[in-house]
Amino acid sequence: MNVPKNLKFAKTHEWVRVEGDIAVVGITDHAQQELTDVVYVETPAVGSRVEAGKECAVVESVKAASDIYAPLSGDVIAVNEELSRAPELLNQDPYNKGWMFKVEMSDLSELNELLSPDDYAHHIGA
Amino acid sequence: MNTERIERFADRHIGPGPEDIQEMLRLVGFPTLEAMIDAAVPPQIRLKKPLSLPAARGEQELLSQLKAIMSKNEVRRSFIGMGYYDCITPPVIQRNILENPGWYTQYTPYQAEISQGRLEALLNFQTMVADLTGLEIANASLLDEATAAAEAMTMCYGLQSREGRNIFFVSDTCHPQTIAVVQTRALPIAIEIVVGDHTKFALNKKVFGVLLQYPATDGRILDYEPFIQQAHEHKSLAVVATDLLALTLLKPPGEFGADVAVGSAQRFGVPMGYGGPHAAFFATRDSYKRHMPGRLVGVSKDAQGNPALRLALQTREQHIRREKATSNICTAQVLLGVMASMYAVYHGPEGLKRIARRVHALATTLATAHGEHQKEPFFDTLHFRRAAKPRGLNAREYPDGSWGVSFDETTTADDLNRLAGRNVEVLSDSQLGAFARTTPFLTHPVFNRYHTEHEMLRYIKRLEAKDLSLTTSMIPLGSCTMKLNATAEMLPLTWPEVGGLHPFAPREQTEGYHTLFQQLETWLAEITGFAAVSLQPNAGSQGEYAGLLVIREYQKQRKQNHRDICLIPVSAHGTNPASAVMAGFKVVAVACDAQGNIDVPDLRAKAQAHRNDLGALMVTYPSTHGVFEETIQEVCQIVHDNGGQVYMDGANMNAQVGLCRPGDMGADVCHLNLHKTFCIPHGGGGPGMGPIAVAGHLAPYLPKHPLAEVGGPQGIGPVSAVPWGSASILTIPWMYIALMGGDGLTDATKVAILNANYIAKRLEPYFPTLYKGHGDLVAHECVIDCRQFKTTADVEVEDIAKRLIDYGFHAPTMSWPVPGTLMIEPTESESKAELDRFCDAMIAIHAEIKAIESGSMDRANNLLKNAPHTAHVVVADKWERPYSRELAAFPAPWTRDHKFWPPVGRVDNVYGDRHVVCICPPVEAYTTADAQPS
Repeated sequence: MNVPKNLKFAKTHEWVRVEGDIAVVGITDHAQQELTDVVYVETPAVGSRVEAGKECAVVESVKAASDIYAPLSGDVIAVNEELSRAPELLNQDPYNKGWMFKVEMSDLSELNELLSPDDYAHHIGA
Repeated sequence: MNTERIERFADRHIGPGPEDIQEMLRLVGFPTLEAMIDAAVPPQIRLKKPLSLPAARGEQELLSQLKAIMSKNEVRRSFIGMGYYDCITPPVIQRNILENPGWYTQYTPYQAEISQGRLEALLNFQTMVADLTGLEIANASLLDEATAAAEAMTMCYGLQSREGRNIFFVSDTCHPQTIAVVQTRALPIAIEIVVGDHTKFALNKKVFGVLLQYPATDGRILDYEPFIQQAHEHKSLAVVATDLLALTLLKPPGEFGADVAVGSAQRFGVPMGYGGPHAAFFATRDSYKRHMPGRLVGVSKDAQGNPALRLALQTREQHIRREKATSNICTAQVLLGVMASMYAVYHGPEGLKRIARRVHALATTLATAHGEHQKEPFFDTLHFRRAAKPRGLNAREYPDGSWGVSFDETTTADDLNRLAGRNVEVLSDSQLGAFARTTPFLTHPVFNRYHTEHEMLRYIKRLEAKDLSLTTSMIPLGSCTMKLNATAEMLPLTWPEVGGLHPFAPREQTEGYHTLFQQLETWLAEITGFAAVSLQPNAGSQGEYAGLLVIREYQKQRKQNHRDICLIPVSAHGTNPASAVMAGFKVVAVACDAQGNIDVPDLRAKAQAHRNDLGALMVTYPSTHGVFEETIQEVCQIVHDNGGQVYMDGANMNAQVGLCRPGDMGADVCHLNLHKTFCIPHGGGGPGMGPIAVAGHLAPYLPKHPLAEVGGPQGIGPVSAVPWGSASILTIPWMYIALMGGDGLTDATKVAILNANYIAKRLEPYFPTLYKGHGDLVAHECVIDCRQFKTTADVEVEDIAKRLIDYGFHAPTMSWPVPGTLMIEPTESESKAELDRFCDAMIAIHAEIKAIESGSMDRANNLLKNAPHTAHVVVADKWERPYSRELAAFPAPWTRDHKFWPPVGRVDNVYGDRHVVCICPPVEAYTTADAQPS
């Protein structure tokens, strides 16, 4: 199971890459494997506000629709438009081309609540 | 000579005979059927007396008796309109679809490979609706026009409720039953309904949507475009309830800005049937497709790359999305949707226009004859304020004493003369003016090819042959009760005195129906152990919703309105949480233990934690795991002790009839799936009927209806467009119960339980049964485990399901309620021979899995992964698979005698949901993709 060392993780299987006060968010390799082939991604609207721990997006496979929870609070400043054309990017490249949205963090201390790569690997039993 | 009746219907209905039963009992390990039932059903809930129902009688005798009852109905010419119009069911459609078990006995097309026929008919339905309404995408189908309008309201609310919008404007041009159903639906979810004149309504930023009727309920054709434009400027969405026949001549709603169009397809060849069943439609913009309610057929491709149809975007639906689903709708109106689409195929665009022009001409003539100036244009409906109403005709009567008529396909020159009071010459000038339709519709070849009866007959038969129905083999779908739909039960449905009545016909003309209702209500109350029954809910999901609303109303009357928590076990069917949310409840999940039973300590803890706001528990009995839970009375008691009411889901009633009763166990309300337990055929995904039975303290709150005296004195608003739901199909359970009698029904239940245990026992060495209850027995269905094969052989439950098709069987319920398992419900109607054939197929598949495990069969390229095998694939010149063609297509001896060929290979679900196409693709798509078998 791929758990990159440079990321932080939520227990609900979202990853966060910190770029200054911007957080890039996606779903983990483990999550995409559990979901199987992703057929549709509903990203939050640019300009909307997301709250840590609250639902903010939906990922659909043929068999399930899963809510994605915002790992951090803040304003959404960008979403990955490519996903509407190619939702399979979430399966093929969850940590790079499959990124979902970027948040301008409003409370950097929330980062401390996230899991380290080792803790996340332990969390999923990898 | 003995002149007593020599045949017992129950012996025709129940599969195994006495000797078979003894043999099966030996395997299950009991000396008698009685002993097995004593062991299977917890003694504390056993019904101690026989059901008090009339003794069984024969088919001919009961057909005569029902004929006598229904002959008390007076079938008069109907000009009432209000969304229901008489029409002609083309005989080729009546005999070959409505009266044909090859079309009416299938289940919802979840197994796409063996459902291509009705999926094509439904795709035609969607194409027809999208074309006529001028919108991009349409579903297939909803329960009736009024609930479709309510579904449209909730979809708009979901899309536009941000910024605190909670007002839905309903124009007073809508049918009164539509307004009432929308009001019922809005109340528990805090939507405010404003009914009024759209020309006077001031839109504001609290309004999320508007509903208009086109043409209006009184026949006027109004220009809604400016109002819809304003609505859009206020970020409101516009829903237009409309009429398919009118749209053949009128500018479609999609061309004047409608975001959603809803309505009924009844007048496309489906009898009025005193209210139903009929298919409603729902069309909208492509961008809203993931928010649509109901089933949607989509185009995908199969394993060989050929076009193949399937249900698309199922993740929106209740069985996956539960309390977050777009709607609770499950069973829809497939059979009626198929009929309506075939009506359009048979008549084609020109034929439909001819029918519409004639109807319009008759209306124009009468308007002129009465010399009463109709200010606005009209299509088929007129409203008179001065002209005298002729006697002896069923016209629409308005509350202010004025009257009106609607014309239809069956209206004759004689009718017109009677209405005019003299002989009149039919005028041909159109009154539509600027509203006349200019865009073509139904241009696809399917609507332009089959206009002769021979061509039509063959098209219907071609599609029928693609589907596996009960005419081929058992359909052992767990939780669906695919039992015999006996021909004698079906015959009355097409009697004119059953089909020919308008739902709002005067009460005194419907004596026959009311005798039927009264008897059926009495019988169902006896079977469930309850005090009163409402026949209004049109499907199981609607029954759940109605039952929960009744509970809410009861709580409200006790000043306990705040009780809004609904406990639902995690094992519940997805409709439960979806219905609870619609009824304004908040769902709290209750855990299940390792045996699949409700975790009583968890239930108690949650009930106590919510003792101040507990409203209800929803529980299925026997459980969705197919087990008679011994704690059911305790469960009911805990809920009552904490202020809640118990809703029992009647999906599994086939294990209870005559043995135990929801009312005796402590439940307060239950619904019955008449299309499961009481023999209404599944119709390929509807019609259903979901009446509710309630204890005495809830009877005052049963649903009312604005156009009939029905329901309790403090009843909730209507949940269905008509007072008695799909009234015409109530003849089926009436026949079934009367044919079986109390003893026959009880015998059926016992054998249903025996059949399930026989299968569980025969398959045990190969596929262990996951859950067992009292006496180490299952109830009327068994969940068998297939998860182990994923690790040992890379075989998934889906592979087993698809391989069963090669053996000529429909798979059991897949991955529900437990992922990776199969749930088998044989029902009492399957003979031992058929059960053995099914078990033999499963055991043979098990051997095929063993071959993969042992390495003698490839793990990726094998009989299961490549299933189902089409004729196309096995007769191809090239065959490069590591097993023989014979093994692929003829794996069991009976397949040589009768082979059901799947029309397509394994359908690609992922492709279909990534490229959603829900209207008929151009013909080239079918001819160019003739890919090589791989």
